[in-house]
Amino acid sequence: MDSYAPEELLACVIAGLLAGARHAAVGASSPIPASGCFLRKNLDPAFRISLQQRRESNPFTEGSRELFDLAGQGRIDVFFLGGAQIDGGGAINLVRAEGKRFPGSFGSAYMYGVVPRTILFREEHSRRTLVPQVEFASARGTPAALLTGKALFLWQKETRRFRLESFHPGSTLEEIRDLTGFAFDAAARVPQTAGPEAAQLAILRGVVRSTITDIYPDFGRRVWPAASPRTDEA
Amino acid sequence: MLALPPDYSLVAMEVVRALIRRKARNLRLLGVPILGLSADLLIGAGCVAEVETSAVSLGEAGLAPRFTDAVEKNSLLVRDATCPAIHCALQAAEKGVPFMPLAGISGSDLVKEREDWKAQGDVVLVPAIRPDIALFHARWADEAGNVWVGRRRELATAAHASRLNFVSFEEKKPGDMLDDEILAPGVISSIYVSGLAHAPRGAWPLGMPGLYGADDMHVSQYAKAARTHEGFLKYLDEWILTPRKSSSPA
Repeated sequence: MDSYAPEELLACVIAGLLAGARHAAVGASSPIPASGCFLRKNLDPAFRISLQQRRESNPFTEGSRELFDLAGQGRIDVFFLGGAQIDGGGAINLVRAEGKRFPGSFGSAYMYGVVPRTILFREEHSRRTLVPQVEFASARGTPAALLTGKALFLWQKETRRFRLESFHPGSTLEEIRDLTGFAFDAAARVPQTAGPEAAQLAILRGVVRSTITDIYPDFGRRVWPAASPRTDEA
Repeated sequence: MLALPPDYSLVAMEVVRALIRRKARNLRLLGVPILGLSADLLIGAGCVAEVETSAVSLGEAGLAPRFTDAVEKNSLLVRDATCPAIHCALQAAEKGVPFMPLAGISGSDLVKEREDWKAQGDVVLVPAIRPDIALFHARWADEAGNVWVGRRRELATAAHASRLNFVSFEEKKPGDMLDDEILAPGVISSIYVSGLAHAPRGAWPLGMPGLYGADDMHVSQYAKAARTHEGFLKYLDEWILTPRKSSSPA
């Protein structure tokens, strides 16, 4: 297996979660979800991506309310949300915790309620971020999955609990139990998250890298510095 | 109440700097629907008493440091909202109706916290917001007093909803843009425009799409400097209060 950046693994997991989706919207400052979406689009050209904050070639002509109007009509089927805190009931907090102030709820309160497939994403996996109960619920809803820098959880609608689907290479089930503040279910044997395939890495380091670096220059240069292997060498 | 656009939507930064130099005080800001650098500067400079917004963020440059500090020190009142609620509230004002219904948000604690939002089953009734002033930057103003903001239609909604609108602009166009079928859809009519000011590169360090991009390096330098009150004051002194250095380096 080729070596890869942790962000590349996460983008591949996200691309897998997008199977069957027609239209994903990506909100503010979300370079990894955006990378996963562009990877998906390479496999499925009909897949549509609307990047809310794209400076050039922004998909909307009715201002920033158009995203919410589209979502309200059911024209967006995937959205990504994060949170300073995420709890075991799927609620997210973007406002305040432990005396600290965060930017605010953005459109989360609405998007979580109207978009059918919400993917919760937070790189930091700790008891600080994954809590039994959020201090303030910016938004509540029914997530599809929760992806962190260490593990993938899927949501179980019947019990309204997360189930650990896999942990990423370098982590262990014990570590996930140790670093997760909420109770979750797990199978008797939890597998490791599959690493990126060579073909996926080639797409990420080619077309996805150039698209993402235009939109998120700092992120693009950090994950794919000029010296990293390009498509033709992968 | 002063309505301001997010960093990606034509901010009248030169006017924001002028407000700081004039020591504006007790402003109530409205984010349409979020706020960024302009609000952080105004908050740090002591111009702001209250904000209503869905978020304050510097985007890729991270948290808005002066906003964060002011809230954590209890020196700034925040009325937290969510983006579509602010859009609805401005749309209610532009239609002249008292409120607008919004579905989807009833699970949020925002609904509990906002006593002015009325939950009716799964729908929340959001009261109209009629800002005193909206302030933004335009690509062009013409001889008829119209301004062109292109696709940034949230500015049109804010302009329709606000009592007064002050607009800075990049370039003056001869004639009347409403006579031009190609330009007209991106125009905000002079009906709404209360005052105009010529400010070339007036959105700097934010961008004017199609003309110049955001100066991301400058914004991230600001984000670093403004982590401390002292660093922020130094930034103000260097880039805003000293007239010679206050305009865009380009």
